[in-house]
Amino acid sequence: MNLKLKIWRQKNAAQKGKFETYSLQEVSPEMSFLQMLDYLNDQLIAKGDEPVHFDHDCREGICGSCGLYINGRPHGPLRNTTTCELHMREFKEGSTIVIEPWRSKSFPVIKDLVVDRTAFDKIIQAGGFVNTNTGVAQDANTTPINKIVSDRAFDAAVCVGCGACVAACKNSSAMLFVAAKVSQMAMLPQGKVEAADRVEKMVHEMDEQGFGFCSNTYGCEFDCPKGISVEFIAQMNREFFSARVCKQNHS
Amino acid sequence: MTKLDSKIPKGPLADKWSNYKSSLRLVNPANKKKLDVIVVGSGLAGASAASSLGELGYNVKVFCFQDSPRRAHSVAAQGGINAAKNYKNDGDSVYRLFHDMIKGGDFRAREANVYRAAEVSNLVIDHFTAMGVPFARDYGGGLDTRSFGGVQVSRTFYAKGQTGQQCLLGTYSSLSRQVAKGTVTMYSRRDMLDVVIVEGKARGIIVRNLLTGEIEKYSAHAVVLATGGYGTVFYLSTLALGSNSSAAWAAHKKGALFANPSFIQIHPTSIPVLNDYQSKLTLMSESLRNDGRVWVPAQKDEKRHPNEIPEEERDYYLERRYPAFGNLVPRDVASRAAKERCDAGYGVGDTGLSVYLDFKDAINKHGKKVIEDKYGNLFEMYEKITGINPYNEPMRIYPAGHYTMGGLWVDYNLMTTIPGLFAIGESNFSDHGANRLGASSLMQCSGDGYFILPYTLSDYLADEIKTPRFSTDSEEFQQSEKQVEERIQKIMAVNGTQTVTSFHKRLGKILWDHCGMVRNAEGLKKGIEKLDALEEEFWKEVKVPGSADEFNQELEKALRVADFFEVGRLMCYDALDRDESCGAHFRDEYQTGQGEAKRNDAEYAHVSAWGYQGHKQEPQLHKEPLVFENVELKERSYK
Ligand SMILES: Cc1cc2nc3c(=O)[nH]c(=O)nc-3n(C[C@H](O)[C@H](O)[C@H](O)COP(=O)(O)OP(=O)(O)OC[C@H]3O[C@@H](n4cnc5c(N)ncnc54)[C@H](O)[C@@H]3O)c2cc1C
Ligand code: FES
Repeated sequence: MNLKLKIWRQKNAAQKGKFETYSLQEVSPEMSFLQMLDYLNDQLIAKGDEPVHFDHDCREGICGSCGLYINGRPHGPLRNTTTCELHMREFKEGSTIVIEPWRSKSFPVIKDLVVDRTAFDKIIQAGGFVNTNTGVAQDANTTPINKIVSDRAFDAAVCVGCGACVAACKNSSAMLFVAAKVSQMAMLPQGKVEAADRVEKMVHEMDEQGFGFCSNTYGCEFDCPKGISVEFIAQMNREFFSARVCKQNHS
Repeated sequence: MTKLDSKIPKGPLADKWSNYKSSLRLVNPANKKKLDVIVVGSGLAGASAASSLGELGYNVKVFCFQDSPRRAHSVAAQGGINAAKNYKNDGDSVYRLFHDMIKGGDFRAREANVYRAAEVSNLVIDHFTAMGVPFARDYGGGLDTRSFGGVQVSRTFYAKGQTGQQCLLGTYSSLSRQVAKGTVTMYSRRDMLDVVIVEGKARGIIVRNLLTGEIEKYSAHAVVLATGGYGTVFYLSTLALGSNSSAAWAAHKKGALFANPSFIQIHPTSIPVLNDYQSKLTLMSESLRNDGRVWVPAQKDEKRHPNEIPEEERDYYLERRYPAFGNLVPRDVASRAAKERCDAGYGVGDTGLSVYLDFKDAINKHGKKVIEDKYGNLFEMYEKITGINPYNEPMRIYPAGHYTMGGLWVDYNLMTTIPGLFAIGESNFSDHGANRLGASSLMQCSGDGYFILPYTLSDYLADEIKTPRFSTDSEEFQQSEKQVEERIQKIMAVNGTQTVTSFHKRLGKILWDHCGMVRNAEGLKKGIEKLDALEEEFWKEVKVPGSADEFNQELEKALRVADFFEVGRLMCYDALDRDESCGAHFRDEYQTGQGEAKRNDAEYAHVSAWGYQGHKQEPQLHKEPLVFENVELKERSYK
């Protein structure tokens, strides 16, 4: 198939970017989206141009590196699919595809389609862990955990940290990302002990990193490649307010 | 030939580690703060080591090439992680896990290391659970397990098909906790390009800051490499595209011996090559062989849709050839059996290079829900890539390059032949012999990082408490920096006409054909010749656009591919030297009447550890004899 690509090109963080248009012939519907970009890059290099930079690594939907804003949607048109899992058979012959980086002031553009997502690491550093040291654990089966609860914790834990939720949100909110970790930990007995402290610290850091507020439009859930539910946001809100109430009662 | 000292402690196998551990020296808390440790790699091995060392109070610097440590390729492990918990009461024990690994590795691993890996496996599961890793549970609330290839017990803990992700994210959390505490400093988007040796000891590294192109120098009292595997040498593999051999190779060039480089696992169940632009192969976890049955049509050139081929016209060749283990034979055996059927003309798909993995019987027996619960994400992944729904028709699979049993030679302390340079996780060679059993890598990586290295490294550092922090201005650092810069300039200056990827593809093809699933002396020699020629062409024709002092992904690739030529050559030398077949190393000159690997224990019961002698110089072989006192060396049979 033949395609027209409108791609955001930006040399570095300091310089302004702009869209460039490329026409690409003989794209196979069997190619993945990133293979299609590889194919474009081969041609750009052959012409002596600089290839389009984009983040990627595992190319199987699990590392969370890739993340392109395709035709106005994070990771493109298919639900529950990362950019690297998207295939060209989803596009029509002759179509124009607009490809941009994530747009959020908390994720500044580094080059072309590559953004800086260290803000997510900072949020995890603020509290996304259980305070336990190596070597102190009891036998793993000492504390039984209800299967339904543990499966639910798993559903929250599958977040790949790609940032699509932020890119999907008109407020650039990171609520779904933070809620997934807060909920996973709060549901499990190992994480419950520190649940109140954790949620406060993580939410505080989320604000520090400049992410916006949540206005319940649920774009994040719709575009999350792992299908993480906004119910976790509700759960986080409960955790957050009960943490506040607890604190007030103490003081 | 220098005699390699593996430093295996004396005493009975089961007591070695506990006795040795109590004899190791410690560093007092006040001194730990003054000691710097560099950890390269933030996968399961690197992140677990770094967080444990941080907890102990060392000053740790961690490097990775991705934008975040959470993206290391451990995240992609699917099927599970082994431990000898015996929760199923099916006769498992540390000894049995050890025995399975030694046998699975076709008797080419070191007994003491393997036993220790099995011994600490239980601690690993306890620790992950304590960190909030949501492993699968049964209805009683206890941890669930499943079976993996090459064993007859159920000891594999799992989190659906995302076990690696869950283990890595748990470890990433503990690493993040140390970053917040200030014991660990994280340096992402850095490529390690050299290790710096001062007075015979590893004292630092040279990295390229991938965002700015700047060459940076970091010093420490010890350096730990946890840089993963180099299966990407084949170009197409189940690894992440950035996985590389460059850090290990830099260490090798500086004197670290490289062990069993040709022991590379070809995984039997990957989605086959679908088109010419394919950039990677996606694994379908081995756990699928618990419920999936592998078959090909009994007749050649079968054109019918798989669902239309009746039972009696299917050849369940694994069940036929290996009645005792059936679909759960080890990986090397399953891969060769698939290749054998396809080479004989029974393969399916357009290329004839694939076989079926069928869930029909399992779905009929247990219902779709049970299968979905166990493998839902894998089935989805399969459908996304191929457009075919595996609930309705069998998957098509074929072997793909996957895991490197070979790697930097380490002694019992996990130290390489360079004092102060340690290697853990997939980047070392130690625990899997000539073939790794499924679910034992996550186990080894976390065991190395959480429960072994912190002890052995402390013992090493006990001698360093008086050594002040190092300046990176010394002669040695500058020398290394200069070499790295010159190499980058050289690669940029070629300014040829062909892309890095085109070379990588050709390089991968040479190795796949000549040093892949089946090898022979003649092919290996030819392989070396072809690699030489291609390498020469690379240095004349490669095109790296842009400049070196900016974010330049083509340059990153080019530096990695440049190393792969040399690694590939060493793989061929190693395979050529080993006149036997063992595990994943299958020389067609050495096979039994039934086509199984034929070992030669009299001459090859050793580790081949290679020393670098210069570019294109024949490497020097050092042998570490393998002594088996606790298992009987016998033909590995899964029949
Ligand atoms: C698809 C797949 C599925 C698997 N499934 C299983 C399974 O179910 N069970 C099991 O036990 N094993 C499995 N394995 C194997 C297992 O996942 C790996 O062996 C293991 O995770 C390797 O961990 P590691 O920490 O050694 O390396 P990795 O996780 O690969 O980490 C390497 C780290 O080193 C860094 N690095 C590498 N090179 C450089 C450099 N030059 N400079 C700076 N940093 C560098 C990277 O950034 C990364 O942080 C699987 C492997 C694959 C590919
Ligand atoms: S490249 Fe890893 S999720 Fe897409």
